[in-house]
Amino acid sequence: MTKSRKLLQGSTGDWEVVVGLEVHAQVSSKSKLFSGSSAEYGAGPNENVSLVDAAMPGMLPVINKYCVEQAIRTGLGLNAKINTWSRFDRKNYFYPDLPQGYQISQYKDPIVGEGEIEVELDGGETINVGIERLHLEQDAGKSIHDLAPNESYVDLNRSGVALMEIVSKPDMRSAEEGAAYFTKLRTIVRYLGTCDGNMEEGSMRADVNVSVCPAGNYDKFRETGDFKYLGTRTETKNVNSIRFTKQVIDYEARRQIEVLESGGSIDQETRLFDPKTGETRTMRSKEDAHDYRYFPDPDLLPLEFDEAWVEEIRASLPELPDAKKHRFMDDYGLSAYDAAVLAMDKDKADYFESVAKGRGGKLAANWVTGDLFGALNKADREIGDSPVSAAQLGSLIDLIKDGTISGKIAKDVFALIFEGEETGDPADIVESRGLKQVTDTGAIEKIVDEIIAANPKQVEQVKEKPKTMGWFVGQVMKASGGKANPQAVNEILKKKLGL
Amino acid sequence: MTNPTELSLTELRDALKKKEVTSLEATDAYLARIEKAGDLNAFITVTADKAREMAKASDEKLGRGEGGALEGVPLGIKDLFCTEETLTTAGSHILDGFEPKYESTVTSNLWRDGAVMLGKLNMDEFAMGSSNETSFYGPVVNPWRAEGSDAKLTPGGSSGGSSASVAARLCAGATATDTGGSIRQPASLTATVGVKPTYGRVSRWGVVAFASSLDQAGPLARDVRDAAVMLKSMAGHDPKDSTSVDRPVPDYEAALGGSLKGLKVGVPKEYRIDGMPAEIEQLWQSGVDWMKDAGCEIVDISLPLTKYALPVYYIVAPAEASSNLARYDGVKYGHRAKDYDDILSMYENTRAEGFGDEVKRRILVGTYVLSAGYYDAYYLRAQKVRKRIFDEFVEAFSKVDLILTPSAPSAAFELGAKMNDPVQMYLNDVFTVTANLAGLPGASVPAGLDKDGLPLGLQLLAKPFDEETMFKGMHALEQAAGFDVTPEEWWA
Repeated sequence: MTKSRKLLQGSTGDWEVVVGLEVHAQVSSKSKLFSGSSAEYGAGPNENVSLVDAAMPGMLPVINKYCVEQAIRTGLGLNAKINTWSRFDRKNYFYPDLPQGYQISQYKDPIVGEGEIEVELDGGETINVGIERLHLEQDAGKSIHDLAPNESYVDLNRSGVALMEIVSKPDMRSAEEGAAYFTKLRTIVRYLGTCDGNMEEGSMRADVNVSVCPAGNYDKFRETGDFKYLGTRTETKNVNSIRFTKQVIDYEARRQIEVLESGGSIDQETRLFDPKTGETRTMRSKEDAHDYRYFPDPDLLPLEFDEAWVEEIRASLPELPDAKKHRFMDDYGLSAYDAAVLAMDKDKADYFESVAKGRGGKLAANWVTGDLFGALNKADREIGDSPVSAAQLGSLIDLIKDGTISGKIAKDVFALIFEGEETGDPADIVESRGLKQVTDTGAIEKIVDEIIAANPKQVEQVKEKPKTMGWFVGQVMKASGGKANPQAVNEILKKKLGL
Repeated sequence: MTNPTELSLTELRDALKKKEVTSLEATDAYLARIEKAGDLNAFITVTADKAREMAKASDEKLGRGEGGALEGVPLGIKDLFCTEETLTTAGSHILDGFEPKYESTVTSNLWRDGAVMLGKLNMDEFAMGSSNETSFYGPVVNPWRAEGSDAKLTPGGSSGGSSASVAARLCAGATATDTGGSIRQPASLTATVGVKPTYGRVSRWGVVAFASSLDQAGPLARDVRDAAVMLKSMAGHDPKDSTSVDRPVPDYEAALGGSLKGLKVGVPKEYRIDGMPAEIEQLWQSGVDWMKDAGCEIVDISLPLTKYALPVYYIVAPAEASSNLARYDGVKYGHRAKDYDDILSMYENTRAEGFGDEVKRRILVGTYVLSAGYYDAYYLRAQKVRKRIFDEFVEAFSKVDLILTPSAPSAAFELGAKMNDPVQMYLNDVFTVTANLAGLPGASVPAGLDKDGLPLGLQLLAKPFDEETMFKGMHALEQAAGFDVTPEEWWA
């Protein structure tokens, strides 16, 4: 297996970086993992808090079956083993935003076991990243320390919201690979609809594990499975964007190499990332590490379900990005690159497919990845709120294909719709604005005659340098308001100029 | 007209239906008795206004010929059950001022069936104790005294307020909870009937948790019939408690008086322990004879793991408690220390002030047995032994229908006698913890008096969810024992 190995050069030799990610993905669910209160984002402080979420005395958790189903769906999307028997444990620690004094999580027996996903890197290379496990757990609330000088406030809206913690194997070897894995994971959960992937709202965040080792040691680790070949890792908590994940890996790798090369050693510790400086700093050392005293939650029975339910869920899975990518290449003749760009975002893929259906893939792909994505990028808009609908773009392509308008006019119409100057069916816009191509040779001949008559000098010139005929084409097109059929213009000009 | 407080719960129920007495009369009579019984310290909160209000509503229903199975019957509620807008303390300082916005499922079921709440009953702090002395509100005093002595005795624990108030006729019946014997041991020490149902039979929702895998609520009552009627109302599936079991609740009262012919009653030799008073041994033998007379076949059985039950219990229960009690941190409700510098000292001072010694001891033990490096040796091993204790009972119950043992290793002892020796105190639970570890139903029935005139009880254990056979056996024991002594009202 060839690996994209990015060696980092140090002053004493080459180093390798090893990365593993623990991604927390909020389950897309109307209610929380163990209570009926709303899990919606954006409510006022402590509006979505039930007696269970606030850990009132005598309150008991009841598992939300919908969240379990989403975890199974995600496990299937990660090509992972689904454990039909799993168990919830309590992770005990004190913090004001953890009202129970423990988080209900899954420790020894998670709902999803090992899996593997394909991850596309820039430049077309693909790597496989192993999934160690996925488990369900409760989110904590939020402590707010800056509202008053001597008091802290707690918002329990998030308390009890269902999270999936997806733990990768230490299979990533660079910041780019870490970022690509995170991106792919986000794509998969969004496809599955199990997490909205919204990073600004905290729906996905990563604990980033980084270690470095002398070049060559990683292969020894792969051969033996012995972790002694890897360096001591640090864990940077709660990184809430893919860009920051990249920064954390780069920063940590460089920092660790510097420490090691100057004779120091790496502490196994928890670190925090500061987006302002792009640096990480110690949050707590191993000595301060909590003893979480995990034990099975006696308020909950083991989570058991049958294979039949898993198969039912499997049957309801949507087409996943990798399958879609290959289908786009096969059915629409797209390049691997175009297919990947489109397939990795479900909204983009759906948009493309409704444009391409019955119209051919190449032209549709050019319009979608070129004109549309370019315009969206410039306007800083998402595909979901594109001013040009898939139906409009499809209709525009139809008009090009049946010769009603030229590609040039189509771009103009596209811009009119995108800028909000026109709405509705492009065919009507072309009609009402009189943009139909002029294929009437009589009308074109008339324009050609006028231009030849008005420009004797250029006529002399073109007879010596036939390549300058392009100037005449431009003049004719301009005079026709861009509506003249370019092919017809060319033919008539050639004839009249005697070329 | 007879004093309504002299009537058993079922007699009162029938008298109310026949309109021989009103609920308000019965309620006022009980409130008057409660007022005079301050020396017993059985109540933490008396809800006189609420009681009269509920009684009036019941009288209206009864007047229309309507009403539930407990319509108009005044009950005491152990202060571990959350009761809406009514102070709920769990016997702890740390729940100062806590008035829940919700009603526990058990009490909701009782109110649904028409019962009236007289107030909240004293108990060991967070149900941790066997003598009611760990309560922040002071010990409950047993209405029973040794002949010729006025020494104050324990009513047992943790449901000491429940046992004392039933024994002293301060209520028609009381709710209680049993984690390691907290219903059955107090019943034994006060000549009352206490039933711990099968784990999962009664909802734990709204009951302040001590040890979730062991806690189970049940009735403390004057006689077996009263207990049967109360349990019927308390029990039932509750979707809000994942460990509650969805199966129909039988009519336990209908099971009473049925023939015991052919029932096999096991007598486990391991319950004959060193230092147990000869009188308890004799009483146990009487119980065996009574069951034989009732038509039962007596089978000698062996439960060799019994000796491990107490150590296993004192690992599992504190482990769960240490986690269950983490929520009492001064952040959300209850007591919060006045002096602190930061969040850590707020936690430390709040919990240091709010919890009593026994609760602290168990939190420490529980934290220790769950710690990294000790988990396998203590908690995990205890869980393995617990599973084997369960298997041992399954094996035993393949041969017998009921198991007969003493309820407690001694009669009521003096307050203060064991407070400085936790191990001696823990030994009170030696006969009762097994049922909690195995999730079995168990009950204590008054069977006789010792040489000092103090009550002693016998315990019956049954197969999971076979409370009906247990009640049948209890009824037979009750009939044979013919126990009808009540304590002299020295406190009134």
